[in-house]
Amino acid sequence: MKKDKKISFIRRKFLKTFTVAAAAAFAPLAKANSAVKDFDFDDFVQKNFKEMTPQEVERMLKRLEKKYKEKYGKDFIVKATPPMENVEFGYALNLSKCIGCRRCVYACVKENNLSRKPHQIHYIRVMRFKNGPIDLEKSEHYYEAEQVPEKGYFYVPIQCQHCRKAPCVKACPVRATWTEKDGIVVVDYNWCIACRYCMAACPYKGRNFNWAEPQIPVEELNTNTHYLGNRPRMKNVVEKCTFCIQRSREGRYPACVEICPVGARKFGNLLDPNSEVRRIIETKRIFRLKEDLNTDPKFFYFFHS
Amino acid sequence: MSQKTKLVFLILLFVLFYKNTFATKEYPVPYPPLTPGIFPCMNCHEGLDRNKKKRVLKEMHQDIKIENHGDRWCYDCHDERNMDRLKLANGEHIKFEESYKLCGQCHGNILNDWKKGIHGKRTGSWNGEKQYLLCVHCHNPHNPPFKSIKPEPAPIRPGATLLKPKIDMNEKKSH
Amino acid sequence: MRFVKFFIDSVKEVIKGSPLYYAWMAFLLIIMAFAARSYIFQLDNGLIVTNMRDQVSWGLYIANFTFMVGVAAAAVLLVIPAYIYHFQAIKEIVILGELLAFSAIVMCLGFITVDLGRPDRFWHIIPGLGILNFPISMLSWDVVVLNGYLILNTLIPIYLIYKGYVNEEPNKKLYLPFVLLSIPWAVSIHTVTAFLYNPLPARPFWNAAILAPRFLASAFCSGPALIILIFQIIRKVSNTKVQDVALFKIAEIMAYAMFFNLFLFGAELFKEYYSGTVHLAPMEYLMQGLHGHNALVPWIWTAIFLNVTAFILFILLRNVRSVKIMNIGCVLIITGVWIEKGMGFIVPGFIPDTLGEIYEYMPSSTEVMVSLGVLALGFFVYTMFAKVAIAVNNGTLKYQKD
Repeated sequence: MKKDKKISFIRRKFLKTFTVAAAAAFAPLAKANSAVKDFDFDDFVQKNFKEMTPQEVERMLKRLEKKYKEKYGKDFIVKATPPMENVEFGYALNLSKCIGCRRCVYACVKENNLSRKPHQIHYIRVMRFKNGPIDLEKSEHYYEAEQVPEKGYFYVPIQCQHCRKAPCVKACPVRATWTEKDGIVVVDYNWCIACRYCMAACPYKGRNFNWAEPQIPVEELNTNTHYLGNRPRMKNVVEKCTFCIQRSREGRYPACVEICPVGARKFGNLLDPNSEVRRIIETKRIFRLKEDLNTDPKFFYFFHS
Repeated sequence: MSQKTKLVFLILLFVLFYKNTFATKEYPVPYPPLTPGIFPCMNCHEGLDRNKKKRVLKEMHQDIKIENHGDRWCYDCHDERNMDRLKLANGEHIKFEESYKLCGQCHGNILNDWKKGIHGKRTGSWNGEKQYLLCVHCHNPHNPPFKSIKPEPAPIRPGATLLKPKIDMNEKKSH
Repeated sequence: MRFVKFFIDSVKEVIKGSPLYYAWMAFLLIIMAFAARSYIFQLDNGLIVTNMRDQVSWGLYIANFTFMVGVAAAAVLLVIPAYIYHFQAIKEIVILGELLAFSAIVMCLGFITVDLGRPDRFWHIIPGLGILNFPISMLSWDVVVLNGYLILNTLIPIYLIYKGYVNEEPNKKLYLPFVLLSIPWAVSIHTVTAFLYNPLPARPFWNAAILAPRFLASAFCSGPALIILIFQIIRKVSNTKVQDVALFKIAEIMAYAMFFNLFLFGAELFKEYYSGTVHLAPMEYLMQGLHGHNALVPWIWTAIFLNVTAFILFILLRNVRSVKIMNIGCVLIITGVWIEKGMGFIVPGFIPDTLGEIYEYMPSSTEVMVSLGVLALGFFVYTMFAKVAIAVNNGTLKYQKD
């Protein structure tokens, strides 16, 4: 009888102390937690972009513009420009010309509001190879040099290949990533649950993850944005090259194409027989990376001589 | 002014500007990157003799050295009959704004690619007006190969990412 | 309303216990508290607090998830002898095995949740509310089969325990079909988990048909090892009858599974090394080290040593019926399979990455702490349910009309 009473007493004391201690320890942590602070109810209940009606899209864009204005103190434009008719974007890169200067990498960083150091995200990765076969294991990604091009090497920049049979689109369990009608593979940043299955599925390291809150200097923000493209992202979502959807859907070239000082990058409509990309595919010896994986990329490489 | 005069005046104006602004209808290029003050060449060369002997220039234009362009010299491209023009292999003279025709004589494949928009820096619209540049806008005709440039920094390695940045760009500055 | 009383009585049963019980639960709760703290830290700062990066985007969490799915699937190794072969010794304890499957699935879901960058968006995966990309995405299949298995292994034991509580014979026609369903379902959860990794052409280390059989083989030796150890503990702390013959029967099945596991691993080694294509790189990284990077080499060789030793011990068990040898073998197998299937399988899939880069991943302290927390949660849940099941089985917990 006495032992039972003692156990019961211990039990009550234990439960009480534990609950109080836990509450005391966790309450301030939970309150200060950015996941709680930054919680936005409208964001939470938002539907997948493809399922929204045009009115809902309008409202959502306005809400985002307001949110960005509050966060960054700048006026933002968030568009949801639809794809053009009879357009399928393609990209061609002349490996004879690329000098590995990485101007494209940083033009993309500025245009697309990519996170800077220390949580740096680059959509484009330039690989350096010794003259010879393209052996990825022997590539150097972190080359530094006084001058490029370096003698005896050639450079292969790589970014999302916008595959026609994208393995990442197949992998996503919630359809947060899909291929648009004009061939751009996009991510709905507000729908992604960050399981990172798409990143495991991509054969080209085309997808990046915001492991932490993106670091973008406010004065370098590009405020002309697209919902599926370069609008500022948040931590813990996947993002990738969108062929500068905010530019290409308005007839402009992506930032990487325009900045390339040697004209190695070409972009256009694969369905237009007069576009540079079509002409390149028809007249040059083009190849694609990892052709045997049958992902059917729309990013073509060629050597012109 | 009578209506007729106005019309003639407008036509003259059009012809003048058209000829000066666009080298050709097909390839709208910006003005060639001539050194300021150097054009028109005939301002100096009007009264000078034409010495067609291949040599290293000593009195003027010594800064122009022809390198990495085969065994060329001045009068291979420049027209000695009219220094404000360039000359093709068949003797025909062309304006500086059409210099791509001259380069294209030897670099025919590249000229073909350039016309299709495959060669050269690309700006403008993929579905509309594209900017074309003259060969000489990127390649110095007297020393055509590109100079090496300093590359932008390499990406940082994945393990080196700090948890807390030294300056958090998301921290709101208090006013 | 008997069910309500059953629920209340069960809660009462869980709250009271011996000092040893309190000490165990307190220990688990403390671990879970520290883990919760680490998890909050992770939610606050983002997944950067782990050592996963773009190059190696899955790590300890998914490694543990993969191992735990195997443990959950292994409950079928009790269900088959109990319900199909009517092996009496196992029939007595099969509920505890089903409850272990349930706890293992809870741990699986826990590991997935802590791995997700946006767990608040979990509702996106619920069909009807959100979008479930079924049947195209293999992860959607995993969601379906894991939750289905969870439901099966919740409802069946609760039904059987409840019937024991009210001292009524459970209706065979009602529960037996579900029990029989759980057998292929158990195989399917681990096949589907293997199919998560299998169809990714980007990851040649995983892109092998041998994956599903390998997973099942390693599951059927590691899961039952846990069962054997846990059941002996239960035998000691309660007066539940667990016959040695049941344990040895399970051990026998494990021996075959371990042989198959070693054989399939050997087949993989042979194929990669003999073909010698570029796809050898991850295997070479794992077994020998690649371009000077060899962090996982001691891990895999330890695992191989443990697995082979365990296999030999289990062969010995046929002649020497020693519980001690069996226990040593079980500990060796659990460790060996965890390494081989967890760190030794998930991480090399990403090394070298798709562009040939090598980023060596080792879990961070946050990941380890959170993983321990999920593990503790699983044990906590199992202890609670097992306590109720044992009490009902003993007759100490039964329905009494007020």
